[in-house]
Parts: sequence; C-alpha cells; structure tokens
Amino acid sequence: MTHGLNRIRALVVMIALAVACLPAMTGPAGAQEAGAQAVNPTAMSVQADDLLQQEGKLQGYLAQPDPKLAVLEQPQGRQWRVFHESWLPWGAGILILAVVLLLGGVYLVKGPIQADEVSGIKILRFNVFERFTHWLTAVSFIILALSGINYIFGKRYLMPLIGPDAFGTLSQWGKYAHNYLAWPFMLGVLFMIVVWVKDNFPKRGVDWAWLKAGGGVFNNTHPSAGRFNAGQKLIFWWVALAGIVMSVTGIMLLFPFAAFGVNGMQITQVVHSVVGFLFIAVIIFHIYIGTLGMEGAYDAMGSGEVDVAWARAHHDLWVEEQLRR
Amino acid sequence: MARLKFLCDANRCIDCNACVTACKNEHDVPWGINRRRVVTINDGKPGERSVSMACMHCTNAPCAAVCPVDCFHATDDGLVLHSKEICIGCGYCFYACPFGAPQFPQATNFGSRGKMDKCTYCAGGPDADLSEAEYVRYGSNRLAEGKLPLCAEMCSTKALLAGDGEIIAQIYKERVVTRGYGSGAWGWKTAYGETITVT
Repeated sequence: MTHGLNRIRALVVMIALAVACLPAMTGPAGAQEAGAQAVNPTAMSVQADDLLQQEGKLQGYLAQPDPKLAVLEQPQGRQWRVFHESWLPWGAGILILAVVLLLGGVYLVKGPIQADEVSGIKILRFNVFERFTHWLTAVSFIILALSGINYIFGKRYLMPLIGPDAFGTLSQWGKYAHNYLAWPFMLGVLFMIVVWVKDNFPKRGVDWAWLKAGGGVFNNTHPSAGRFNAGQKLIFWWVALAGIVMSVTGIMLLFPFAAFGVNGMQITQVVHSVVGFLFIAVIIFHIYIGTLGMEGAYDAMGSGEVDVAWARAHHDLWVEEQLRR
Repeated sequence: MARLKFLCDANRCIDCNACVTACKNEHDVPWGINRRRVVTINDGKPGERSVSMACMHCTNAPCAAVCPVDCFHATDDGLVLHSKEICIGCGYCFYACPFGAPQFPQATNFGSRGKMDKCTYCAGGPDADLSEAEYVRYGSNRLAEGKLPLCAEMCSTKALLAGDGEIIAQIYKERVVTRGYGSGAWGWKTAYGETITVT
C-alpha cells in the first residue's frame, strides 16, 4: 500500500515539474517560430547563386582549424587578377619606360649638368656611416626592385628567353632574395631617417625659391640650398614614407594571413606593387641625377668628399655653415 | 573529349568529411594541407547547407593567369595541374583563386611557404604517369589507372559528383526534377562561367 502511495506521489511531483518547465520550453520555441518567419526553412529556400549575390562572397563554418579556408567563394579574386595581369603590367611598364625615355631625352638634348669650377680643395659631405647607410639601402633596393619586377615581367620577357625551368630556378632565388634582403632594406631606411631627418625639414623661403627656380636646371643657375636642396628633401621624404609603406605591406606579405583574410592580402599586394613601381620610378630619377645627370655629384656618396667649389655652387648655405664652425 | 568537372549537390552533402579524409589518405597529404574541405553555410540556422570544395579546375583559371612563373598547365580534359618543380611558393594563386584551393606546407616563416599543393583531380602532375616522383609530389594518379577522383567515388550520399561536366550536370538535373528542388551548382558560374538551369 505504502509502495503504491509513493508511486502516486512520485507521479504528482513529475507532473508538477513538467508543468513548471512548460513556460521555459515554450519561450525559446516561440522565439524560434518568430525567427523562422524571417528565414524560409524549406529545402527550396537556399540558392547558391542568390547567396553569392547577396553576400558578395560565401563563407561558413569549417571543421579544420584554418579560418582562411572557411571562405567558400570569393569573387574579389577576379578583380585582383585583372589588376595583377593587366592594370599593373601596363601601368608599371608605361611608367618605367616614360621615366627612362624622359631622362634619356634630357641627357641627349641637354647633357649632364656641368661642374662649373674646380678648386681642388675637398670638403667632407657624407661620413662613413652615412655612406654605409646609403649603400646598404641602395644595394638591397636594387635587388629588391629587380626581383620585384621579375614577379610581374619575368614570365612575359625573361621566360621565353631562358626557358621555364631555368626561369623557375632563377625566380626561386629571386624570391629568397626578395624575402631576405627586405630586412637590410628596412634597417637602411630606418638608419636614413635617423641620420638625415634633421637636415630635411622644409626651410621657409629657401626651399620654395629653389622649387620655383626649378632647381636652376632650366636657366643654369644655382638657387640657394642648405645641406639638402628642396629636390633632395622631396626624395628623402618619399623614400622615408614609401619605405615605411613598403616595409609594412612587405611584412604583411611575408607573414600571410597573420593580420588579414584573403581579401585583405589582395589589397596589401596591390599597395605593395603600386608603391613599389612608383618607388622604382623615383629612384631611377635619383640614380640619374647622382651619376650621369650631374658632374661631381657622385663623389658625395662615392668617396664622401666633394670639391668645395662644387659644394659652394650647389649647397651654398651648407658650405657657409660648415666653414663657420 | 570530356570536360572533367566537380559538382557538389548541397542538398545531399551531410558534412561527414569523408571526402576530406579519403583525399588525405589517398595522396598522403601532409598535415595542415586540405586539398578538399567541407564548408557549412548558415551553420546551425535554417537553410544550413554543406558544400565540399576543392580546386574546381576552372575554365580560364585565375591561378594560372596570375602565376609569376607560369607553372600551371591545362590538360586535354580541362584539368588545371601545376609543376612543383617550377612553383616558387609566392602565394599569388591563393589570392586569385575564388575557392581557396591552393595550399602551402608552411604558413609563414618569412614567406617561405614551400611548393603549392592542391587538388589534382587525382591526375598527378607533369611527371611520368604513376612514377614514384609523381606520387611523392602530387599523390596518386587514379585517372591514369582509369578511375575517377576518390572523394567523389566514395561519397556516401553521392553528393559530390566528378566526371564529364555534361554527364554530371544531367545527373544533377534529373535529381532536381525528381525531388523538386536544388540549391544550384555551387561555384559553377565562377569556375566555368555557366550554371545548371533546370526547366
């Protein structure tokens, strides 16, 4: 008898519990129904092409621990391809050719800027560390530029000449060079900023006058300039800023997907290549002026010493300052 | 000549990942490389669909277009294969690929990612068919043995279809007509510039 009573009591407790739980169960179920009205749950509802058009790309859940693979379909790759295979080679090719033709024309028509007079007395323009910094950056830049150009133009012009296997090997070494020489380049840019930033702040009056006179190139005069003229200052700031942009985007490309997903990587590559080719164009101009384009200029970075007369003509304010010491 | 394609029927795929496992086993794929993977869209929500995805062997393939060393080649069957001897591991193919198919043995280490690895449609690579070198680089060459890709062949629900594009499209169309619905041929528009329309 007591046994039967216990059973009934247990049943009553269970029913009571079930009733108590009812609101808790209907709560979420009700919410689900409301949500289901927004999303059509039937088998016909999901269409691959509609989803792709709505979202722009498809991504979801993936069992493998690799977030970049959770992107099922990213059509932005197509835009990147168009950039990489037509805009970039055409734009970069025209830019580099235009700079080379322009400088070649200037050299043929006008010839180098003559060193006016020679005094025979030398003055130190760049000390050993400054020259080291310059050449560290310069040598790594040239190899970075050549291996970078190879990524875009190698298969178009070099591969037909030397064949796919030799070109593959060369490009492999080019890639190693590009990846590892990036570090001395970044160090060089950093050193450059440290040693030269103090001489490169714009100077009221002097720099603007220099720029307005076009550096004196067109009328063969020498507008006043300090240690660096306005043109050199522009080169300095360009190298500093573009160097930083190239370093940051370069590090992103060296450590892919560390910070960005695949679309971020595409944009990083676009920035790296566009700024890279602008950088190359500016540096071609810089190399021309420092070697063929102006007599006496190369000594400054070669031996570090320049003729006082040359210095007086090109950097009068700097010479005065040096002699005052 | 057949045009070989993949087609994943997302109304059949049950996200069992057997295709992924079969692929890894068949080709002795190194740890961390997923030639094939299953992505679940709307996970846990109404309208959830799972899609098994690997290299789709695109027509006018973006990877081949952007490769700086032109290591890709298309076979007579429309497959997109690549040479690991020429590949320099730059990663451009991954940026261009709409489907995230190219894989690299190392993720970082100063950009030294190693040679790119991807689905070969079980067709090996440019080395001699069924050679040891081919197996080590690209995995087994089932096509040379007269077989189709293992992932599709052993798919338990026959969601993943591999074979001549026209034939698998026909199979898919019949399914859609019979059951009355279908979510479409995932990735076909992007990969082949066409969709399967059921009328």
